[in-house]
Amino acid sequence: MATDLKIKVNEQVRAVSSAPDTPLLYVLSDELNLQGPRFGCGLGQCGSCSVLVNGVETRSCTTKVSAVVGKSVTTLEGLPSWYAAQRKLSNTPALHPLQQAMIDEQAVQCGYCFNGMIIKGSELLSKIPQPSETQIRSAMNGHLCRCGTYPRVLKAIQRASVAMKAVTK
Amino acid sequence: MSTRREFIKSGGALVVGFSLGDTLFGQERPVPAARSLDLKQVDTWLAIHSDNTATIYIGFAELGQGASTALLQVAAEELDLDMSQLKTVQLDTTVTPNQGGTYSSAAINRGSPQVRSAAAEARLALLQLASKKLQTPVERLTVSKGVVSVAGNADRSVKYGELVGDKPLNLPVSGSAPVKPAGEYKLVGTSMPRNDIPQKVSKQYVYMQHVRVPEMLHGRVVRPRGQSAYSAGAKVLSIDDTPIRGILGARVVRRGDFVGVVAEKEWDAVRAAELLKVTWDIKPVLPGNAGLYAKMRSEQTQDRVVLEKGNVDAAITGAPHVATQIGRGPYHAHAPFGPNCAIADVKADSALVISTTQDIYGTRASLARVLGIPAEKIQVRYQEGASNYGHSCQDDVAQAASIMSQVAGRPVRLQFMRWDEHGWDNYGPAHVGEVRAAADAEGRIVAYEYHGWQHNWSNVETSAQLMGIAAAEREGTAAQQVSPLNLGSMYDAANLKLVNHRVPGMGYLKGAWLRSPLDLSFSFASEQAIDQLAYLLKMDPWTFRQRNIKDERWLGVLNAVAKAANWKPRMSAANLSSSRIVTGRGIGVGTHLASYGAAVAEIELNRETGRVIVRRLYGAIDAGLAVNPGNIENQISGQLIQTASRMLKEEVTFNTTNVTSLDWNTYPILRFEEAPEVTPIVVQRLNERSTGAGEEVMAGAAAAIANAFFDATGVRMQEYPLTPTRVLAALRG
Repeated sequence: MATDLKIKVNEQVRAVSSAPDTPLLYVLSDELNLQGPRFGCGLGQCGSCSVLVNGVETRSCTTKVSAVVGKSVTTLEGLPSWYAAQRKLSNTPALHPLQQAMIDEQAVQCGYCFNGMIIKGSELLSKIPQPSETQIRSAMNGHLCRCGTYPRVLKAIQRASVAMKAVTK
Repeated sequence: MSTRREFIKSGGALVVGFSLGDTLFGQERPVPAARSLDLKQVDTWLAIHSDNTATIYIGFAELGQGASTALLQVAAEELDLDMSQLKTVQLDTTVTPNQGGTYSSAAINRGSPQVRSAAAEARLALLQLASKKLQTPVERLTVSKGVVSVAGNADRSVKYGELVGDKPLNLPVSGSAPVKPAGEYKLVGTSMPRNDIPQKVSKQYVYMQHVRVPEMLHGRVVRPRGQSAYSAGAKVLSIDDTPIRGILGARVVRRGDFVGVVAEKEWDAVRAAELLKVTWDIKPVLPGNAGLYAKMRSEQTQDRVVLEKGNVDAAITGAPHVATQIGRGPYHAHAPFGPNCAIADVKADSALVISTTQDIYGTRASLARVLGIPAEKIQVRYQEGASNYGHSCQDDVAQAASIMSQVAGRPVRLQFMRWDEHGWDNYGPAHVGEVRAAADAEGRIVAYEYHGWQHNWSNVETSAQLMGIAAAEREGTAAQQVSPLNLGSMYDAANLKLVNHRVPGMGYLKGAWLRSPLDLSFSFASEQAIDQLAYLLKMDPWTFRQRNIKDERWLGVLNAVAKAANWKPRMSAANLSSSRIVTGRGIGVGTHLASYGAAVAEIELNRETGRVIVRRLYGAIDAGLAVNPGNIENQISGQLIQTASRMLKEEVTFNTTNVTSLDWNTYPILRFEEAPEVTPIVVQRLNERSTGAGEEVMAGAAAAIANAFFDATGVRMQEYPLTPTRVLAALRG
């Protein structure tokens, strides 16, 4: 049923034809061909589908597409631009500092959860630029990883925090 | 989006392929055309290109374990090419060689010798070509980054690419080409960053779950929530499609008791699967969790002495110190983080299937049986999914997608839902172990006896079973049985007996290999018995193990991990406290089917709530020549965290009719706040054969956690996971 909802994703307004009750995740994957958000549980339990909605980490698998009309959705694809805008940087980096830190720490194994890890970690760093270990663990606790990468994700967030402090406009 | 197709010639058979000109969303890397797959031909393994780069054709799946990086290191080393000059391609039954499945930590173990010898063969041939071209004997040529030069005269040089262009080498793998001695390695043995990580943290990496093909339908399977006994499968009594008639384009796909739905839009398929009313005939034939171990232990079993030397009974009778230990371990789920997904395009006499399989050739054979199409007319392509640590539902989903495509007459993308994956997994089987061990007054182990009960794996996927293919147990394979490598044999005991008690499996859950199958349960029982002997002798458990291990490599990992953990010798449970929070440390050794592992655990226990927190884990692996030690460190870290998860939290639950652990709430895994600090240690052995490092420290870590619990409490756990309920019951005695 064509509905022509308009939603803003990564700073672009996109017309979508999915029914209003369709979970945002399916719209992002099937209609907008975005590969950041990933289907993990469909129940809001694991965090692999996370996106930012007005800067707040949100589970796209349990959010109806109609619920983000009039809001700004950022996916992994748009994260470097979102970061540049937030920090008022003149140039958009190729990667958010946390993405770079994940590479530097070789934090990834299968990598499927890293969409959510990076989205949630970026949200945390935008709110608390120098989080303590306890704050990191607490913020990230809703994001599961089957491969056991938590210790390296922790280090990567700490590394990104240091890197971001050094970034000048 | 183009829908143009073409037929690709493959070994005389016509198989449907998506042509390189098609826009395959999610397929940014074109798949090369069909090519020779003869393992005895060098061209099967590699191609030298005119731009002085090379493609290496690897038969092992990149699962995030770094296999593709490490195997490229091996190839680059022998070819004297830089890593940046090499690339690899997606696994595909028309493109990549059959090296067997990517399991049993095989990629480096079995894969690296094949890649190494093909690369060495190619290098020799290239040098001979260069020798002619440069009019210089091979002995006076040197190679760097694919540029062959005359020694001492760098101006006289020629590139690999210039020697062969893009043409095949047409060379057999003779096995006689010299390989580099380990002492000359420049790339092998060094930590290289993994080639898949940059794409995985950005938007570029394409997981199976994001692959789309033209004209496809979205599918979902419809099954009871949670499997019943393996023998029971699931029987349809009736289907009422009234509730889905309002969903545009939604259709029921049925073959026997296999039921699914397809629709044009994914959400419509999800809704239709939810709404379709299927009445199932489900009989209460499972033992349920509560009755599981008693039932296994009371079965008429098929018994086999796996290993026997000396006379265990006599040695135990005369020994001053005797320990007995029971260990019960639950079914564990693979629970890949993204449920498995596949795309199938089945035609009248051919098929293309894209899937998350760890064994494209094995999957092809199983699809042939399900589809009634000869294997050589089925093309299977691998696309990485999420955290596949063994035989989860990847073949099941590929079969289901194929059945649905065959029935629907269109390509079908099938995404399992969370409850499909959790509920219809081939679980890592439950186990009961009983150990007796004895030591003399000097602290030497004189006897060791292990009896293990478990059922074999299932040999049929759920989809095949539901459509009517008879189910049976899988025969053979060492990983299904009491392991002579992991039980007792690392200790220098004169009297040893290992007995496998095979439980008839049809009345239990489906089973298959799950990372380090059975080993956590083995070591949980076995290494607690060894620890008990140390305690009876009032000895430090590390010192006691040192005294009883002769093998240098077992000693190597044991000592490396103790040193890293700054282990100070003392007797376990020597300073028991009545505080609310108590702490303990433990040590353990173990492995899977090769390599050597040892671990130390430091835990904290709240005696009021029964909650155990693992604070620190140290793990050491000796896997012979470590091709990429940094990557093995990452593998060890992952194994340690997964072991903590499995020992503290993971347990498949079921009642008499169905599995009831169907998501992350009912099958909890370790969370961020609960993650221990980890210290991985790689014991490098440049002159030993590489033997795999993807699962070999889990057994030792499982034991270390159990032994740390004893150190903290003076209580031996007989069953895991160490959940608060189980822990409080054990503390109460």
